[in-house]
Amino acid sequence: MSVDLALPTRKDEDFRYSDIEALATLWPVQREQIVIADGCEDARQIVETGEGAVARHLVITLGKGAKLDLRVLTAGPVYGRIAIDVTLAEGADFTLGAAQLATGSETLEIVTDVNHAGPDATSAQVVRTVLAGHSTGTYLGRIAVARGADGTDAEQSVRAMLLDRTATANARPELEIFADDVKAAHGCAVGELDAQGLFYLMSRGLTPPQAKRLMLQAFIAEAFTGAPGEEALSEAALSRLGQLVETGL
Amino acid sequence: MTMLKIDNLQASVADKPILKGLSLEINPGEVHAIMGPNGAGKSTTGYVLGGRPGYEVTGGTVEFMGQDLLELEPHERAALGLFLGFQYPVEIPGVSFVQFLREAANAQRKGRGEEPYSGGEFLKLAKEKAGLLKMDMEMLKRPVNVGFSGGEKKRAEMVQMGILDPKLAILDETDSGLDIDALRICGEGINSIMRAPDKAVLLITHYQRLLDYVKPDFVHVLAGGRIVKSGGPELALQLEEEGYEAVAA
Repeated sequence: MSVDLALPTRKDEDFRYSDIEALATLWPVQREQIVIADGCEDARQIVETGEGAVARHLVITLGKGAKLDLRVLTAGPVYGRIAIDVTLAEGADFTLGAAQLATGSETLEIVTDVNHAGPDATSAQVVRTVLAGHSTGTYLGRIAVARGADGTDAEQSVRAMLLDRTATANARPELEIFADDVKAAHGCAVGELDAQGLFYLMSRGLTPPQAKRLMLQAFIAEAFTGAPGEEALSEAALSRLGQLVETGL
Repeated sequence: MTMLKIDNLQASVADKPILKGLSLEINPGEVHAIMGPNGAGKSTTGYVLGGRPGYEVTGGTVEFMGQDLLELEPHERAALGLFLGFQYPVEIPGVSFVQFLREAANAQRKGRGEEPYSGGEFLKLAKEKAGLLKMDMEMLKRPVNVGFSGGEKKRAEMVQMGILDPKLAILDETDSGLDIDALRICGEGINSIMRAPDKAVLLITHYQRLLDYVKPDFVHVLAGGRIVKSGGPELALQLEEEGYEAVAA
């Protein structure tokens, strides 16, 4: 697979919210190929909890009836970009559960391009973003359903939580459907922690950071539900959430 | 020593004055009931004492356990021994009762310089208090109040009170939404948890019926943001017969 040599600019839709300066130090980004053969199953994790800038680009091909469960946690990098291209053959199944947690002036982004090339394939993306300080979090999610890919079931659930008014969340779902008989559902919301819930928890003795951390833990839980290694992922996320609520106050 | 001393308390919600000079003293070992018509300021009294954001104190003083209560954050009030039973307990998806209550109990213990409960100690305590309220321990493994009926939520509030073991319980319409059996169970729960020489209860209610189970030593009529009449338990019966308008006039 070739590599794009020219550094993208913010005019390129997929890089519209990127930290181009940080990206320049990582460019070109090598494509990582993942191929799951017909009828095979696999589960993968991407956990980026270091402080340095990181950019990864996965190209995933799922054969007929193949399954992949992919979980992503980005929590720590000053710039973190995870791009995922997926092509699903007939009857394939792709699950993505991702959480990105940022504070300070960090910029995190997840960009997915899910192509239903064959009929009766299913895909689901659950993306949870928590942003404190002056951080930026972005999710760009494109779903394309090819002509003839009838019986497609594609689902997207995207939610972002802003802990400070100075943080920025971007979310852009995109659907391109060329088949008939397609089920495509997507939901997207950006919000703040529920004040009533926080007061309830604090009235029982939890400190404000403890109350926030507990609610955020619940908020991101869905991204890791059912994953092999769910507990380790949650633990890793939790320690970062602890830092976010301390600095975000 | 007086446990709670409210003197000429005035409070506003969204710039609208609700409490207009409320004064009340509660000593250890006493059960007080505040009764009053809708809009009298009953729930506001509970929220102001609990420290709910948005409830602005504009005058007066409140002393609890020898400290200026109004200077304290909600979690500090809890650690000092204040418990607020909510009229509408808040649902918090994704957070289990057991996890939340253990964290809350240990946060309070830490605030008082006590050793935290171990997992085993806490579960034993939770099981004992759940049993008192005839609540299945399995329910406490579920997310906080999610999918609970009105009566289950109120019983869960009482279980929380039992676990947190406060000095003063302010119970805001704990009787609303309860059927006859649940009312008796909650009433007995309040008695067994809070009837002690060093503890006190402030019941906030519309109706006499909870007072059949939890016998108050003092009954106060709240109208127009201040206490207009105080008396013994017979006052509650008089209110039930004659109505607020006749008694408060």
